[in-house]
Amino acid sequence: MATVELLFSALPEHVRTARLVAAAVARRAGVDEAVLDEVRLAVGEACSRAVGLHASHGISTPVRVVLTEDEKKFSIEVADDAPRPAAVAAALSAAAGAASGAPRGEAVPEEGVLGGEDDMGLAVISGLVDDVEVTAGESGGLIRMSWPTTPAPEAA
Amino acid sequence: MDLSLSTETLGDRTVVRVGGEIDVYTAPKLREQLVELVNDGNYHLVVDMEGVDFLDSTGLGVLVGGLKRVRAHEGSLRLVCNQERILKIFRITGLTKVFPIHTSVDDAVAATD
Repeated sequence: MATVELLFSALPEHVRTARLVAAAVARRAGVDEAVLDEVRLAVGEACSRAVGLHASHGISTPVRVVLTEDEKKFSIEVADDAPRPAAVAAALSAAAGAASGAPRGEAVPEEGVLGGEDDMGLAVISGLVDDVEVTAGESGGLIRMSWPTTPAPEAA
Repeated sequence: MDLSLSTETLGDRTVVRVGGEIDVYTAPKLREQLVELVNDGNYHLVVDMEGVDFLDSTGLGVLVGGLKRVRAHEGSLRLVCNQERILKIFRITGLTKVFPIHTSVDDAVAATD
């Protein structure tokens, strides 16, 4: 069961609200203070992307954000209703996988990455979040991210 | 917090001081400001990001767009930023290699290529 679920009209002015809510719930869930900026940025990127997709597809349904607090992790799911052909969905997921698997700090954007804000948003998410999954299909897309809520014990 | 913008001319450089949050909602205002400055013949821009609380990829896109515009006139776009959380976004996206990033407005204004 979701801790907090948020539905907002797919308009740019509401993305800030989603960031603030996500950061507040993450803080309460025990996500490290130092990581809250990353949570804020990642959820903002995911929501901006969803808003853009709804606008470009002329979709009037709201964007869904589900914030879930588990025992050891805090998860955020951002779902859009923009349909993607199967080929695009497969390419997206492969791109996100490749980006998240790359060593941190070594990614150099190609011209194509800078050309699309959609792609740059995904690049930022992949660079920020270790545990991220991007899926998309004919009924819409989903970005799932999670952060640990308890720090790993220090090795003595 | 909304976006605040102010401009100041220092020699042949135009300093744009940005404050608040640059995101999908506010980035168009920054884009308009940069486009207007370039259209008015200001081709050497310094964007002071010290007052920025939040920056996302939409904001990065606007800055890259600004850089393209000034470069079309053989101009420059330099950034001033000391905030680690903002610098991190430039590093993740590889844009530290694209923008000269300075620690102070004085440094950026004095810099030459």
